[in-house]
Amino acid sequence: MESNPNIKTWTPTTFVLLFFIVTGGATMLYRIIFGLGATTNLSDAYPWGFWLGLDVLGGVAMAAGGFIIACVVYIFNWKKYRPIVRPAILTAFLGYLMAVVAICLDIGHPFRIWHPMFMWQYHSVMWVVAMHVIFYTTTLALEFSPMLFERLGWEKARQMVGKVMVGAVIFGVMLSTLHQSSLGAVYLIAESKMSPLWWDTKLPFHFLVSAVAMGMAMVSLETMLSKKFLHHEVDSEIFYGLARGTLIVLSFYLLLKLYQLIMVAGVGLAFNGSLESNMYLVEMLIGVVIPVVLLAMKNFRRNINWIFSVNLLVITGVLLNRLNVGLFSMESYFASHGLSYSPTWMEFLVSLGIISLGIFLYKMSAKHLPLFSH
Amino acid sequence: MAINRRDFLKFSAGAGLLAGAGVETASAAAEAPPQMPKDALGILYDATLCIGCMSCMVNCKKANAEPGGALFHRETEGQIPYEYPKDGDAIYDAPIRLSDKTLCIIKAYRAGDKAVEPDTPASSFVKQHCLHCIDPACVSVCPVKALQKQPDTGIITYNKNRCFGCRYCQIACPFGIPQYEWSKASPSVIKCQLCNHRLAQGKYSACCEYCPTGASIFGRVEDLREEAKRRLALKTGDSYNYPVQHVDGRQRTEKVVEHYVDHIYGMNEAGGTQYLFLAGVEFNKLGFNPRISDMVYPRLTWSYVSHVPALIGALLVAGTVTRLVTQRMERNKNKDQTPTDEADAS
Repeated sequence: MESNPNIKTWTPTTFVLLFFIVTGGATMLYRIIFGLGATTNLSDAYPWGFWLGLDVLGGVAMAAGGFIIACVVYIFNWKKYRPIVRPAILTAFLGYLMAVVAICLDIGHPFRIWHPMFMWQYHSVMWVVAMHVIFYTTTLALEFSPMLFERLGWEKARQMVGKVMVGAVIFGVMLSTLHQSSLGAVYLIAESKMSPLWWDTKLPFHFLVSAVAMGMAMVSLETMLSKKFLHHEVDSEIFYGLARGTLIVLSFYLLLKLYQLIMVAGVGLAFNGSLESNMYLVEMLIGVVIPVVLLAMKNFRRNINWIFSVNLLVITGVLLNRLNVGLFSMESYFASHGLSYSPTWMEFLVSLGIISLGIFLYKMSAKHLPLFSH
Repeated sequence: MAINRRDFLKFSAGAGLLAGAGVETASAAAEAPPQMPKDALGILYDATLCIGCMSCMVNCKKANAEPGGALFHRETEGQIPYEYPKDGDAIYDAPIRLSDKTLCIIKAYRAGDKAVEPDTPASSFVKQHCLHCIDPACVSVCPVKALQKQPDTGIITYNKNRCFGCRYCQIACPFGIPQYEWSKASPSVIKCQLCNHRLAQGKYSACCEYCPTGASIFGRVEDLREEAKRRLALKTGDSYNYPVQHVDGRQRTEKVVEHYVDHIYGMNEAGGTQYLFLAGVEFNKLGFNPRISDMVYPRLTWSYVSHVPALIGALLVAGTVTRLVTQRMERNKNKDQTPTDEADAS
């Protein structure tokens, strides 16, 4: 098979991406040589910062589209979504690779990343999370491999993977469901530090449901972008279906969050004008309330431009949620200790580099692999 | 947290899809308070005896900069990590909070209003360091067992060679104790290890050994609890023969009893700690996070983790069953229409 002639390698976008990849890479090297203190504004009050909130928590939530579409196509057998299953799996694979890069840089000893594999401590949610990352990234590599084998013409290898594909998808859906919720479960133990606007015994479930909503919005958005920039022709019904799915899941999420607000946190907490309450309101309005209202109306739900905007809102909202849980939910605890955190320009450069690398690899895969062939 | 048999059975129960049984054991365990080793060691700090001389802080640094100590590093062997004020003279160690150079710190509280609270002293000191929880959050969250609770003494020790630096312990510790060496390219977590390295030499925690007034005393937690209860039963204004350095009372000092808040902090907080506090001022004012309850924090995450094996099983079964059902539906549909190949699994 030939490379996709519709996609040009050397465009201005590619140069911009490469620029960010190089600067981000240099900053990563600087971090590995000189340490976290020299690169980041992290402190004993804010041991987890921007990288963990955005690149790891946000990145993994964005990758949720992979397991949802794989589940819908291979387990539910809804053939309509077959054209987007490969892009969705690729996004998830790249998303997890990006998260792994971010985790390696974020931990104090990047070269000890393998420790949890041999030093088991199954009481720790972090250990559970580490296992899920390892297994799911491997599973995603397997789910992704047919594209590579097709390109290389390794027919036998492709057939072998084809035989275990459904098993891999079932395994992957299980891992992904648990990984998304485990990331929420990480914060269960910080009960005395987090604002009740976010902390709840059902936090793992909140993480899972919001990740599903975001995953669908992300797949929809990226398919729109590939349609526009990478000439991937898809039926509009796919977008309408994803918008409907987003509406259903997001409405359920809204009910969960409202129940939590009214029954656990107390409504007053969301309107007391503090930084947390404002961040909470912004997150809920942008990511949940406005999208639900817009999608509830059929004219909007069946209009590509509106779906595009709603997708952006949902993605921003869930990313904000992860940053809120990771950073702003503990603001008042740390403010009482007179400490604050804002990321350094180097933290931004690294994140930008990682995201650019993801987009660049996606584009190269679209050009050189049979990504849109189904 | 050592992997004990009960937990292992619970874990296996989940793995065997005995979800119901697993939940029952878990909820039964949630009610029982955590047990500490019989000879668990700890410290009793009595703020009414503390004069804020900071002898504990200085001697903590000296003792822990020795090989085996929590502040010892091979590359800085022989140096004591004092924190002098910025641009100031190197005459007086002046850390302002716990850090990668300070395991133990004396903080002062000065806001008492005699008019509002006539019984409350106008000021108080408080000594912050690791509380060595009976069921410690940091140990339960550490994914590589770098933090461990010693089975005999209950001391929470740290192994820098296992740690890969995820810093979950910092997020999890309700008391905000673990500190990180941010400035190093090869960093470690820094926390009080109750002078574990001195026990082997027949000594005990430096902060107690060098405390001149008996504000910090070392000993078995059982004995310290008894001593604390005895003090709360005393009347303000009476005199009492306070043990100094060690709860065994080989050295004592007689002093007039001051007003106590009727509470032993650490008796039940976070499920109980091996470092106990007495004070004349409400504990919230001494810098303790008021949201810390008697909750055993590791149970919050264990209630999730213990269900993971059952969830793995349930999700795998649900996925397989759904796939089989949709496959059959597909086959039936194809039979009704044209007989085509149904193997489009890839």
